[in-house]
Amino acid sequence: MTLPNLDLPPLLPEIILIGMALLLLVVDMAARFRDARAEGSLMAGLTFASVLIAAGATAAGIGGGDASVAGVVLVDDLSRYLNLVVLLAAGLSVLLAWAYVPQFSRESSSFYALVLLATAGMMFMGKSVELITLFVSLEILSVSLYILTGFNRHQLASAEGALKYFLLGAFSSGFFLYGLALFYVQTGSTQLAEIAAQDSGGVLLLIGLGLLLVGFFFKLAGVPFHMWAPDAYQGAPTPVTGFMSVATKAAAFIALFRVLAAVPGVPVEVWGWAVAIVAVLTMTWGNFAALRQKSLKRMLAYSSIAHAGYMMTGLVAGTDALNAILYYLFAYAFMNIGAFAVAAMLERPTPNAPQDATIDAARGLFDRRPALATAMAIFMLSLTGIPPLVGFFGKLYVFGAAVSAGWAWLAVVGMLNSVVSAYYYLRVVVVMFMAPEDETSYVRSRIPAGAGTAIAVAVTGVLLMGLLATPVFVELGRAVIALR
Amino acid sequence: MTVPLSWYLIFATALFSIGFFGVLARRNAIAVLMGVELMLNAVNVNLVAFWRYLTPTDLSGQIFVVFVFAVAAAEAAVGLALMISIYRTRKSINVDELNELKL
Repeated sequence: MTLPNLDLPPLLPEIILIGMALLLLVVDMAARFRDARAEGSLMAGLTFASVLIAAGATAAGIGGGDASVAGVVLVDDLSRYLNLVVLLAAGLSVLLAWAYVPQFSRESSSFYALVLLATAGMMFMGKSVELITLFVSLEILSVSLYILTGFNRHQLASAEGALKYFLLGAFSSGFFLYGLALFYVQTGSTQLAEIAAQDSGGVLLLIGLGLLLVGFFFKLAGVPFHMWAPDAYQGAPTPVTGFMSVATKAAAFIALFRVLAAVPGVPVEVWGWAVAIVAVLTMTWGNFAALRQKSLKRMLAYSSIAHAGYMMTGLVAGTDALNAILYYLFAYAFMNIGAFAVAAMLERPTPNAPQDATIDAARGLFDRRPALATAMAIFMLSLTGIPPLVGFFGKLYVFGAAVSAGWAWLAVVGMLNSVVSAYYYLRVVVVMFMAPEDETSYVRSRIPAGAGTAIAVAVTGVLLMGLLATPVFVELGRAVIALR
Repeated sequence: MTVPLSWYLIFATALFSIGFFGVLARRNAIAVLMGVELMLNAVNVNLVAFWRYLTPTDLSGQIFVVFVFAVAAAEAAVGLALMISIYRTRKSINVDELNELKL
């Protein structure tokens, strides 16, 4: 028996991340830290460095053509841009976690190792062109995120959110897997390329696609498969919430695109309706549920459900909307993690863990910390979709793709939903700028350097990507042209 | 006499449905997890049957099953650890009583 000849260099970014994850665990065992802060800083620094190197290695490969490794993963420009979205989310979250994790945990090494493994899993998921690889990478990211959600062991909310996430996630894996098995039955192959080469569809393929979509909608927190999301997002440590609300969606969307592009004999008119209905439900439910939240984090959790709905609007346009969705994902990474970072600054510390911030905690924030309040206002306006911020262009491109694919009514529903969302986003702005300070308001007396950097980078991203919207969009369009 | 493929498929579908019912009907988190495991094993029965009857020369069906085993084991380990951590504070793992996170 001979081992297959693997061409590994295209997977250098993933190898760096996984290698660093293992290294962190070894360093932790060898060094025996006394101080949680010192350990946290060292681990965060190493993690951030490896994320930067992986991003550099990815960026250097852009435009370098496609490379297939062992026929199971395909490294093309689409997957390189997905890498960048996921690494951006990971980098910002690590900066935020730098001073956050030592507040409640002495196990920083496992925390960052899991972040790196989840990141690598997401990157693999976006480039997998084979069903087993798709399933395994989905599970690598899911299992890591279950643990990260419940990482704050002293807080019941964290464990509870993690258990709900776990039970529903494992449940959805069952559907996902059954769908993959039916693909295998109908086509006798696990390679997407071979599945796509089949000339006819068949009823099993249709059922399989339905089950697979259920699995994907669970991961994307699409209504009615969203029950876990608000609890998991609220219970998880805030840096984890920001990370998973952005990066999981990115990986799942790109993987879903690859699957949908490969399924033979199932035209867009069939699955498009399923996606459109879920998109409408997701946007509407997310926005209306966010209206009545008191907790800032839970409100952002529902808003993240609504944004998944906006992105699904682009999905019905098929591969033509890929660059629109990629742009939206970049935009969403900046504005959403930025918003969670500010929310983390408003959390009152308790002996075990920072307490959840209410929206009222932001009362009078502008008077006490004008820069922080301005940053939060920029994130909120961008999430609403006010020009010239990045969120506006994200919605413009996604809805525009839906209109040109003949789904104008869906884009109209999306725009009406954005109007509803303005109510709860602007309420935060009003509270920060106009409400007087009272005993409910709280903001950390010192903003940690890591979190400050993350917020500054996010603000810069929101402003710059808005100003440079057209060139960025054109460049992303060039990257996805191969998939059409 | 050989067992026809359709019997395996009906068996796997039945197993999947029993697991599905277990997830929806049970309130104890461990029983829910057992329901999920039944669902995953129904897929395994499917995959092995398909491999044997349809593509006996291509090993990908069997390899798929091995990966599903490994993933199911990892999931069970993480899930049981989460349940223990909740049981320590709550003295219960009834999913209906997990109501810390509400509006």
